[in-house]
Amino acid sequence: MVPRFLLGTLATTAAGIAITILIPMVADAFEVMQYTLYVVLGIYTLSLAYIWGLGGILCFGQGAFFGLGGYTFAIAAINMNETTVPFLMAIFIAATVAAALGYFMFYGRLSDVYLGVVTLVFTLIIWKLINSTAGPEYMIGTARLGGFNGIPSVPPLNVPGDPSRMFDPVEVFYIAAFFLIATYLLLKFIQATRFGRLSVAVKENEVRASLLGYDVRMIKLLVFTIGGAIAGLGGALYAAYQSFIDPNAFSLEMSAKVLIWVMAGGVGTFVGPLLACFGLQALSIWISTVPWANSLLVLGGILCFVVLLLPKGLLPGLADLSTWLMARARRRTPPEVILPAPEGKRA
Amino acid sequence: MDYGLVVLIEVLRAIAGLVLISIGLAIIFGMMRIVNIAHGEFLMLGGYTVVLSAKAGINTWVAMLVLAPLVVGLVGVAIERCFIRFLYGRMLDTLLATWGLSLFIVGFVTVVFGNTLEGVSVSVGSFEIGRFRVAGYSLFIILVGAVLLAATVAVLRFTRLGLIARGTMQNPNMAAALGLSPPRIYMVTFGIGAALTGLAGGVLAPITGVVPTMGIAFIAQAFITVITGGAAIVAGTGSASTLLGSVSQLTTFATTPVIGDVALLFIAVVLLRILPQGITGRFFRRSL
Repeated sequence: MVPRFLLGTLATTAAGIAITILIPMVADAFEVMQYTLYVVLGIYTLSLAYIWGLGGILCFGQGAFFGLGGYTFAIAAINMNETTVPFLMAIFIAATVAAALGYFMFYGRLSDVYLGVVTLVFTLIIWKLINSTAGPEYMIGTARLGGFNGIPSVPPLNVPGDPSRMFDPVEVFYIAAFFLIATYLLLKFIQATRFGRLSVAVKENEVRASLLGYDVRMIKLLVFTIGGAIAGLGGALYAAYQSFIDPNAFSLEMSAKVLIWVMAGGVGTFVGPLLACFGLQALSIWISTVPWANSLLVLGGILCFVVLLLPKGLLPGLADLSTWLMARARRRTPPEVILPAPEGKRA
Repeated sequence: MDYGLVVLIEVLRAIAGLVLISIGLAIIFGMMRIVNIAHGEFLMLGGYTVVLSAKAGINTWVAMLVLAPLVVGLVGVAIERCFIRFLYGRMLDTLLATWGLSLFIVGFVTVVFGNTLEGVSVSVGSFEIGRFRVAGYSLFIILVGAVLLAATVAVLRFTRLGLIARGTMQNPNMAAALGLSPPRIYMVTFGIGAALTGLAGGVLAPITGVVPTMGIAFIAQAFITVITGGAAIVAGTGSASTLLGSVSQLTTFATTPVIGDVALLFIAVVLLRILPQGITGRFFRRSL
């Protein structure tokens, strides 16, 4: 079992590295920047895929930590004229806020549904708060918060320790891809550790885990905090690559999108949500070019469809379908040898 | 003195506003255990019903108090038949499905009516308290909120329908054994919850204006109120609205509306840390 587990991870990593090297070779600089968006959103997707898939925590406001990461990076980078410390701060702040909110939720023993609602409300409140900071009096250091206009001209990433040497867009793509693959490997590693198995145990049966003597609240809090940190990392890269951040990071759509990706890709896997993220993001970018369609309409439709008809998600759903087809084929084979069915009926 | 009276009226209006936006959710979420994220969109549809009726020349009061609940109630029944009935007992799935529904309705209304702010005007005038001027519409909202709470208590406690609904939510199999049809009762209850929400959307439309995305402004407060209220529908909604409405409105008077919202969330989160079952999980336990 262990070699196979490793094999899948290694194969995915190899594929990821190959694609990372390939894309800048075939695409021009503008297209590479667009692909950077996909990579950044991929990191964001992994954060929810982790806390929901391995921790069983259904967070409806993952956008809050993504946005906090982005805003922290933007504000700190403008103040410091340097990006290495802001980058770490973004991760730290997102993790701290996740820990604080998680403390109230998990130590209050809120149930799944209440937890979802509280995280949702949390994001909405931040969204309102940030939107109302349009006036010039809302400054943090030298950075204007800008309300619904967002913060423009966020400094691009620079080489650690040398603020004068900035990374160009292709290098930023490599950096983002590096962080995506590193996050994937980190999460795979966590999954294999004792802590990872404990979090799965908590997800499967909270009461049993606590009766066996584990502190369920602590485990969930840790999982949630790690998820917040990863979302903050994604947010910082998001603000850095487009040198801009606005309150839409806290919007309902941002939190809904990631949920749909994870759900469509399959809760409990990492590659599924990533593929769903890339595919559906490409779809919604394409939809925005169609005049009569509306991305919310389509996103909402997909979500309803997946919940009603594909409750396990795409990858597990396909796996189920193939086992079912195989079992069916196996059962069918003997009669077919004796009495072949007409061609038309088999299709 | 006069100022105190004005503050009191505004606090009462905030409380009544919370009652209005959350009473329908208390029935759908508190009673039926369906996490209806599309609640805000029900409010929005109620608002649009009033705006469109006003444009068609229908009396605003009729549109508000009759048409809005009727239309949204029917939409609710349709949604229950098409989506919700497959998801009873799967709480998290109802949450995801209604979220999809919420996005879908927002997208749909945006495509049909455009992303513009529509207004509707009512003429109730205003009156003066000393040096201050108070909108008569505030009193109307307080009145509607109080009537809604009283009516919900009356229906749940004193009518056969209320008894049947409460019994079915507690034990659908027993209700079925007694010859009732739980699916039909679920459908009607969901429709009534939606209708109350439509009424609230219609009544609030003149002060908030109507946009496709207006639901987002209410959904947070509605859920926080119902969760903070806890299991009992009327007592929970009433007590949570009173507490949260007073806190947020008084904070708003002292600072800004946004800080008022933050105060509301903060109080609610701290309260849930102390009383995870909501207010009625500890107090007023035997009430409705």
